[in-house]
Amino acid sequence: MTEASIEAGYNFGYLDENTKRMIRRALLKAVAVPGYQVPFGSREMPLPYGWGTGGIQVTASIIGADDTLKVIDQGADDTTNAVSIRRFFNRVTGVATTEHTAAATIIQTRHRVPEAKLREGQVLVYQVPMPEPLFRLEPRVAETKRMHALADYGLMHVKLYEDIARHGAATTSYNYPVLVNQRYLMSPSPIPAFDNPKLDRMPALQLFGAGREKRIYAVPPWTEVKSLDFEDHPFQPARADAACVICGARDSYLDELIVDDSGKRHFVCSDTDYCASRPPVQDAAA
Amino acid sequence: MSELLTAEGLHLHFGKVAALDDVALEIHPGEVVAIVGESGSGKTTLLRVLAGLMPPQQGQVLYAGEDVHAMGEAARRRLMRSDWGFVHQNPRDGLRLRVSAGGNVGERLMAAGARHYGNIRAEATEWLKRVEIDPARIDDMPLQFSGGMQQRLQIARTLVTRPKLVFMDEPTGGLDVSVQARLLDLIRALVADLGLAVLIVTHDIAAARLLAHRMLVMRRGQVVEQGLTDRVLDDPQHPYTQLLVSSVLAA
Ligand SMILES: Nc1ncnc2c1ncn2[C@@H]1O[C@H](COP(=O)(O)OP(=O)(O)OP(=O)(O)O)[C@@H](O)[C@H]1O
Ligand SMILES: [Mg+2]
Ligand SMILES: [Zn+2]
Repeated sequence: MTEASIEAGYNFGYLDENTKRMIRRALLKAVAVPGYQVPFGSREMPLPYGWGTGGIQVTASIIGADDTLKVIDQGADDTTNAVSIRRFFNRVTGVATTEHTAAATIIQTRHRVPEAKLREGQVLVYQVPMPEPLFRLEPRVAETKRMHALADYGLMHVKLYEDIARHGAATTSYNYPVLVNQRYLMSPSPIPAFDNPKLDRMPALQLFGAGREKRIYAVPPWTEVKSLDFEDHPFQPARADAACVICGARDSYLDELIVDDSGKRHFVCSDTDYCASRPPVQDAAA
Repeated sequence: MSELLTAEGLHLHFGKVAALDDVALEIHPGEVVAIVGESGSGKTTLLRVLAGLMPPQQGQVLYAGEDVHAMGEAARRRLMRSDWGFVHQNPRDGLRLRVSAGGNVGERLMAAGARHYGNIRAEATEWLKRVEIDPARIDDMPLQFSGGMQQRLQIARTLVTRPKLVFMDEPTGGLDVSVQARLLDLIRALVADLGLAVLIVTHDIAAARLLAHRMLVMRRGQVVEQGLTDRVLDDPQHPYTQLLVSSVLAA
């Protein structure tokens, strides 16, 4: 596509060049210190905060005319949120968009990591509502900063200890905290714990943007990302013990659907592109 | 024997009040030192300054030869969770109230890098027993415990990593007299077992006599007398100490 297809009156990527440079500087710093939350001057975007303005600003700052963009929300390309963001970027950049994970150079996501393995050269941009992994345990911001500075994360293990003592296992199934590059504790954003292992040594660059909280952080390609656990209670990425009714996958993260009034349940892949890329199961009812 | 901690020339004024007025002391490994004195004499302030929680306006605190107030926060925090312990008068200041007894005892182990749940739990169980708390209560919350149990839990939580030096600020204050006596016995046994050095602030001369090798008598920010506990109590030199000892005998 050419710049000619940008809607009149917009700068490429919506943000002005100074803002993009400022965000790129924050991104460079974030990549240099994996997992560390870098403050940035978050801008007002033409979408409400809950819509992922942090991720949108990151994407807007790194996108180029020859990029191909994919946007997913809870794994799906066709939700209102995903469609709006995709349309927005199409209007303000004119870049090509895709629903195919493999065809995308930039993937902006909320709440999922694609099932297909990402490769070098791709960038995964996460929308983050709350970047601070310690905020539930330690509400004082100055204290959380001190804990990060000193890598003083014992309290996080106390929480894990309490979970196991009371429930027999870690109870956190989303936004499960990780240690990046053996140094910084990081929130992976509200992805299911099932997705956590995908962050570890991912060949693609991972960027995280929190608009309301004005923080950016990053995981460079091939970086170690470890979910917190105990040696005798290793991290276990949970998944419904079922197969996708559409493609039969037993390795993908599943959404549960209630399909009729009697409460009958079906499971389908949450990653719609992954599901569509697989041959459908033979119609069991036939 | 070389000193574990030394302080010299400590001054700290709050407005016109001299909370510390040229205080010096030292404590050796395994030694128990009591700090006694009337209310407002500067005991808590001294403890906080020695533990690096509050900087003095003048003077120096050295731990194992290192300047506690110059070492930087990271190093000081590391000391706080390895070599040192702090037992607060009010156990609620030293416990995490929304964390179980086991989690409270395990926290310092985890902060020190323990990552085996079973071992942490076994160690917590062991320590609950040591401070005479029924291990069956390992998953109970501190608020379900009596004041005396909370204080024993705080002690277990502090001692679990076997610190070399423990600061205690009136650990038996606010407890019933019968509970106090039992807690003092427990502290004495643990301190002897573990060979801890302890700086203990107390109003209670009898407690000082029971626990401490040496004692310091404070008044208006100054150490007016110090020496071996028996010597100070049996043969007090300073009129204020004489008053203090006689008032206890009279009581
Ligand atoms: N943060 C503060 N601001 C102002 N004055 C203070 C502060 N902390 C202590 N002081 C004053 O310093 C003096 C010493 O106080 P400190 O708490 O050290 O005494 P204490 O010997 O521990 O007394 P108590 O036996 O009642 O606990 C007191 O006059 C007190 O009012
Ligand atoms: Mg006091
Ligand atoms: Zn499927």
